[in-house]
Amino acid sequence: MALEIIETCVNCWACEPLCPSSAIYEARPHFRIDAAKCTECDGDYAEAQCAGICPIEGAILDAKGLAVNPPGSLTGIPPERMQAVMAEIRAR
Amino acid sequence: MQEKDIANTAGGGCSQGSCGSNAEQMSHLPDAVREKVFNHPCYSEEAHHHYARMHVAVAPACNIQCHYCNRKYDCANESRPGVVSELLTPEQAEKKVLAVAANIPQMTVLGVAGPGDPLANPERTLATFRGLAEKAPDIKLCLSTNGLALPDHVDEIAALNVDHVTITINCVDPEVGAKIYPWIFWNNRRVRGVKAAQILIERQQKGLEMLVERGVLVKVNSVMIPGVNDEHLKEVSRIVKAKGAFLHNVMPLIAEPEHGTFYGVMGQRSPSQAELQALQDECAGDMNMMRHCRQCRADAVGLLGEDRGDEFTLDKIDQMEIDYAAAMAKRKAVHQAIEADRDAQRAAKARAAAGETLVPITALKRSAPKPAVAEQTRPVLMAVATAGQGVVNQHFGHAKEFLVYEASPAGVRFIGVRKADNYCEGGDTCGDGETKWDDILKALAGCEVMLCSRIGIGPWETLEQHGIRPDNEHAMEPIEDAVAAVYREMQQRGKLDDPAHSMPVSA
Repeated sequence: MALEIIETCVNCWACEPLCPSSAIYEARPHFRIDAAKCTECDGDYAEAQCAGICPIEGAILDAKGLAVNPPGSLTGIPPERMQAVMAEIRAR
Repeated sequence: MQEKDIANTAGGGCSQGSCGSNAEQMSHLPDAVREKVFNHPCYSEEAHHHYARMHVAVAPACNIQCHYCNRKYDCANESRPGVVSELLTPEQAEKKVLAVAANIPQMTVLGVAGPGDPLANPERTLATFRGLAEKAPDIKLCLSTNGLALPDHVDEIAALNVDHVTITINCVDPEVGAKIYPWIFWNNRRVRGVKAAQILIERQQKGLEMLVERGVLVKVNSVMIPGVNDEHLKEVSRIVKAKGAFLHNVMPLIAEPEHGTFYGVMGQRSPSQAELQALQDECAGDMNMMRHCRQCRADAVGLLGEDRGDEFTLDKIDQMEIDYAAAMAKRKAVHQAIEADRDAQRAAKARAAAGETLVPITALKRSAPKPAVAEQTRPVLMAVATAGQGVVNQHFGHAKEFLVYEASPAGVRFIGVRKADNYCEGGDTCGDGETKWDDILKALAGCEVMLCSRIGIGPWETLEQHGIRPDNEHAMEPIEDAVAAVYREMQQRGKLDDPAHSMPVSA
């Protein structure tokens, strides 16, 4: 049972001081979670702290490899809208 | 007491030119406040011609999400808040500040403004302030926050002599706030919607009150979002002023699809220059307005409107040996010279006003006698290219922004800054010749005259074709004198009897 930070992390440091298990550490190219230490905040908080403050959708995965904050869940931008706008920008 | 004094300058709108914290308005402020802002470029419109500021990017984390912000963005060609290229530790920041202070002696102010929220990173931010308060006592410290964590840190802020704090307050109504802030992180949970906005608003207002109680000078920044909070900001302005905020800075929303922000992607438009100016004028009925803000990056270095960050990257400052005691002596001498210059400019202005009958510059003051002649002529907007010192001293081709002034029989008043190298849109549009002219003409919309030190013949003709008269006759003259002189010339040549022939101010 552990969360994982993946490459879309922007190294903003928000999660690191919040972890009750000190499982998060600075690394290159992005922060990482020590799977041996991570408890997903079970017993400490109602929600995983790193995933609760992380501003980047998809940057933190749960034990099943699914995004804790899926596309659209933090920005409020519908994923299909984001895709359409990005396609339009690329086509310029 | 501060409120009362500000009210004296602010009542009844600003058609007479009492807007912006210019020299005249400063003269109404209590000595203690004037002492704090006279050399602060972000708090005093007049000071920003002479003094520089810097931000150090020590605070990467944030505790809220705003719909105009995208935490993924980092582009060296961008100039907007929240964007930063190099994150610093407090030790690195201290070294950078000392290096800049030694090399740009007119730098008087160090701010922590991000790229996240300074108080969501309290250890990093406060460690930076602690180090500098000890090693560079001649530098003013300030910070800019969203306010969520502010009440927890007010006492430390006051103890460290951080005497300027900016709070970004976009609303006082949670229903409005829910359209601006999708979530906050509060008490170990991500809180969303109206409830999140309500908590944020309460914390902002409490922080504002606590700072004012402790004598810390507070500026309030608001982002104007058409259709979301534009009307509402008038109420915000009234409330924050009543609570003792010193200055209100209404800034335009920056939103392009390329930025990947909610507003950018969803097509929320930015306000036009005319809309921004109209709202600033309305809010000015309630309080001191700021119009010279450049919405700069969280790692900006230099005079407002310029960024010399490239000269002070980590690898470059590593090579620098700084003797700060020597630097401090040099800084003191430079500041004295600047103040002597400013005194001379003010004295010249006063002399000109005494012998002046047509357009006294000092008619900015309400109490000044109204000019008897030419009361009827219409106001004219003029753009000025300046590289600092409060004079017309920039080549048109080098201008990345223009200061816009309104001249009228009542005097000369500062209207705002117009950027001419608009926010980088990335890819092929960067530096494109036609795009650049589009930006310049958009920046100059509504202006009939453009004052600069020099200008090429090609650009001269292009401007004339668009109804804007270039003027390089007043190179090196103080800006307000030059604008007043051009206005007088226009009066004398009968140019003001016709309605304006230039394009109206619009986006």
